[in-house]
Amino acid sequence: MTTTNLSPQEEQSPVTQTESKEAQRYYSATQFQLIWWRFRKHRLGQAGALILLTMALAGLFAEFFGPYSGITRTSEAVLVAPQAPRFCNDDGCALRPFLPGVTAERNMETLRMETKIDLSVRRDIYFFIKGEEYKLLGIFKMNTHLFGIEEGSIHLFGTDSLGRDIFSRALLATRTSLSIGIFGVIIAFVLALVIGGTAGYFGGGLDYGIQRLTEVVRVIPVIPLYMGLAAAFPKEWSSTQVYFAMTLVLALVGWPTLARRIRGKLLSLRGEDYVIAARLSGAGPSRIIARHLLPAFMSYIIVDLVISFPFMLLSETALSFVGLGLRPPTVSWGVLLQDAQTVRAIEQAPWLFIPALFVIIAVLSFTVLGDGLRDAADPYQVSN
Amino acid sequence: MANPKQNTDDNLLEVKNLKISFKTDEGIITAVDGIDFSVKRGQTLGIVGESGSGKSVSTWSIMRLLPKNSIIDKNSSIKFQRKSGKVVEMTKFKKNGRELRKIRGGEVALIFQEPMSSFSPVYTIGNQIMEAVLHHRDVTKKEAEEIAVDMLDRVGISNPRQRFKQYPYELSGGMRQRAMIAVALSMNPSLLIADEPTTSLDVTIQAQILELMNELQEDLGMSIIFITHNLGVIAQVADEINVMYLGKIVERGTTKDIIHEPKHPYTQALLKAIPRLDRIGERLTAIRGDIPSPLSRPTGCPFYTRCGKVIPGVCDVKMPESTHLSDTHTVYCFLHEEKDV
Amino acid sequence: MSDTLLEIKDLKVHFPIRSKKLFGGVTQYVKAVDGVSFRIEKGETLGLVGESGSGKTTVGRSILRAIEPTEGKIVFNVDGEAFDLSKLTDKELRGFRKHMQLIFQDPYSSLNPRMTVRDIIAEPLVAQKLAKGGEVDERVREAAALCKLNLEFLRRFPHAFSGGQRQRIGIARALISRPQFIVCDESVSALDVSIQAEILNLLMDLQKEFGFTFLFIAHDLSVVAHISKRVAVMYLGQLVELAPTKDLFYTPKHPYTEALMSAIPEVNPDQEMNPVHLAGEIPSPINPPSGCRFHTRCPYTKDMCKTDIPKWKEIEDNHFVSCHFANTLTLKGAEIPTSVDAN
Repeated sequence: MTTTNLSPQEEQSPVTQTESKEAQRYYSATQFQLIWWRFRKHRLGQAGALILLTMALAGLFAEFFGPYSGITRTSEAVLVAPQAPRFCNDDGCALRPFLPGVTAERNMETLRMETKIDLSVRRDIYFFIKGEEYKLLGIFKMNTHLFGIEEGSIHLFGTDSLGRDIFSRALLATRTSLSIGIFGVIIAFVLALVIGGTAGYFGGGLDYGIQRLTEVVRVIPVIPLYMGLAAAFPKEWSSTQVYFAMTLVLALVGWPTLARRIRGKLLSLRGEDYVIAARLSGAGPSRIIARHLLPAFMSYIIVDLVISFPFMLLSETALSFVGLGLRPPTVSWGVLLQDAQTVRAIEQAPWLFIPALFVIIAVLSFTVLGDGLRDAADPYQVSN
Repeated sequence: MANPKQNTDDNLLEVKNLKISFKTDEGIITAVDGIDFSVKRGQTLGIVGESGSGKSVSTWSIMRLLPKNSIIDKNSSIKFQRKSGKVVEMTKFKKNGRELRKIRGGEVALIFQEPMSSFSPVYTIGNQIMEAVLHHRDVTKKEAEEIAVDMLDRVGISNPRQRFKQYPYELSGGMRQRAMIAVALSMNPSLLIADEPTTSLDVTIQAQILELMNELQEDLGMSIIFITHNLGVIAQVADEINVMYLGKIVERGTTKDIIHEPKHPYTQALLKAIPRLDRIGERLTAIRGDIPSPLSRPTGCPFYTRCGKVIPGVCDVKMPESTHLSDTHTVYCFLHEEKDV
Repeated sequence: MSDTLLEIKDLKVHFPIRSKKLFGGVTQYVKAVDGVSFRIEKGETLGLVGESGSGKTTVGRSILRAIEPTEGKIVFNVDGEAFDLSKLTDKELRGFRKHMQLIFQDPYSSLNPRMTVRDIIAEPLVAQKLAKGGEVDERVREAAALCKLNLEFLRRFPHAFSGGQRQRIGIARALISRPQFIVCDESVSALDVSIQAEILNLLMDLQKEFGFTFLFIAHDLSVVAHISKRVAVMYLGQLVELAPTKDLFYTPKHPYTEALMSAIPEVNPDQEMNPVHLAGEIPSPINPPSGCRFHTRCPYTKDMCKTDIPKWKEIEDNHFVSCHFANTLTLKGAEIPTSVDAN
């Protein structure tokens, strides 16, 4: 081919405005760069992401961050209230935090144990201290803990009725609960992608059938379904088996919502002009899916996954709380909260509720993160 | 209609130095950059321009219907003569204040491109016209209904009593546009702003709507601001035309001035760029380049980046002043500055 | 005829409406295109006009089999061989795609925002494996240059471009496989007036140089008149008239064409419009009127129009019309404009 003849007046505009470096960068930015730039403007979403990242790290290295293993009992410290580290006492202030001494005494009128803080005793907190042995990530044998104390014991969030350190247990529970959420979401997502994707891409009768099936699953009331499924776990299953069974239960209940979204998105994408253009360019189904549908889809998928997380977390917590989900000795947020079921607990040891704060913070963080991602996910919405 | 009436003092609307900007993530965008225009009683002012010209923004601002992130410059003035004869300054009203609400709809009405979105889908057409009438006029429900049916009839909707009871989705695009005109006119406004009212309609229906608007204007004696990008439409409806480009008026004159004797290079180029039946098969003369982004407005004359007659060192430095070629014809271009009368 | 590129015979496209009942089957059809026949000559531009709901877009897309035709033949002559597109399997069709392309209306939605301009333009070559490696790049640059795109910008994404430039990218994609036949579906309607002229010029230049055959679908009559050699008018799923452009515009033989022509707003304040009034609304394509489909709105309608379907006939050389009274009615065409000089 040769170039067409043009009258000179129709040549490309001679006045090309000089582009700034920034504009050039923007013009050749990929989808994920654009999403990232937009997400960076969303402060709340970033805060959510940061909190979740912290939680995930804390959970992953729970044994290192927590001073004790989750099952260590300190028999002399049953139902100890949270201990706040201090820097100052009457002798002055120091950079090294310490715990004051505590004396327990029975109040002869109420017959209750009452604790008194003795500020004159200074029990220094040490960092990277040697303590109980554990396996980091289940592999590396270690005995260094982030912090600890040499005399007595340290319980930032207090202890439970068996004298176990709630701070350490909460970190372990974070690991369990978040990971169960992740696995649940992943399994639900694979199911949803296969089922919703089939319905959305092929359409027609298949779509009709799958849609009705999804609806049938969706109308089953969730709580009885959970209870039924959870009650079906044999008593003699190990806690690991129960753990994986739980992820399956969560996934089986969670997929229809995701599948519907995936189907809807695919249906609308399939009718997009550029997908039709690809078809008319001679692209086959696999090329269309891989090159045009999936990339457009990725950002929505990520958003959907993040948004469906809180549902998984809350379900796990609720089920374990009522005793249908995970069971001790597995430690999850729901399991920890089982201890807080009684009136006595509320009255005497309100710190047993601290794990609930973890749930609230995690769910909130996921929600704001999801919001931020959703706003950023479609960087191509033209706002003419 | 093509002849402007003589009494030039009798302006219904006078806009001076109107400047509107928008705060966006990318920075402040100036959509309308200091324009003046006026609408005479009983006449149609056509505003023609391409995307980004600010033609809609400048007129929606009259009714203060701009989005929240808009800023009307404090030196801007929009003077409107009310039915009572009092001249009011529209920029001084509180947004959504009582007086403004009365003027809006009651004295200035708006019709726009997408008639579906201007109706609530859950009420019948008749209901919505009645509501408007009741809001602006002191009549009983029964009378309002009569006015509504009468209005539907006047805008050429067959079986008005039956249509009265229909929902917007039951009407075709042309019918909905007529119904929207009925709503707008039921309040007997003195100024009608028509923003691309026929752009989404088919040609035969467009022709009918244009005819209808002409007729109604003659009957009711209202003024119309007609905004469009279609030069054919504007030539048919307007008495006077303002040509806008990137937030500036570049030329104004009677319809004949603009169509037969365009002086601004942009107007000339536009007229050469459209395919016309009298030049079938002739090569079109395109305007080179693209409309600049409003974020990077050119300095000086907004059109210099694409102008074939650009004077380097002049056009790109400052905005040309107005040059009056005749009583009715004004152009903003350095090529004509010495011809000022 | 030997130089016929495409012959459409009795094309029908019916869309089923599913009944809302649980096991209800298909009870009704939207007859979007209902028996359309015409030829397109090699190298010509055939304009196709009609109002919304006339089925013009469906005709264009079903020829390309972007929409599956229900009935009819689409005979495509390529390299001395005739193929009936309606009979091709999906796989055969994919192999045939290099011969035909579509230029879309919306320059925004028709480009995948996640692909670079280079990849978008290369898509037909890559998808059909028409070229490999360096040849792809070479041909992309060639096509881009033809469409006057800045070659430095090929690595950018569509969001860097304005509507007019995006449309050029779409055109480059359409011509890279050197197709014989291109459907332009309202390809300039979404563009600003000044940009529209450029794109029209570009299309005409490309046609002159490479002999493309266009089916140009648009609702803007002046644009169609400008670019087309012949023009077809559609009403409610059928053709009502087809003739060389000037014949159709100035001496229409069908009352509907007359109405369309009378409604063109001329860019001349001295020429007042006198639009023909059509009664009522365009009827539903689910239950089109009996007899002549236009009889419900035709100002010249007679009894026989309600019952007898008019034949599609050639009443003058190359002038086809379907109206019982095509020979007897004297209809007015578009105003022959008193030429206006715009300096």
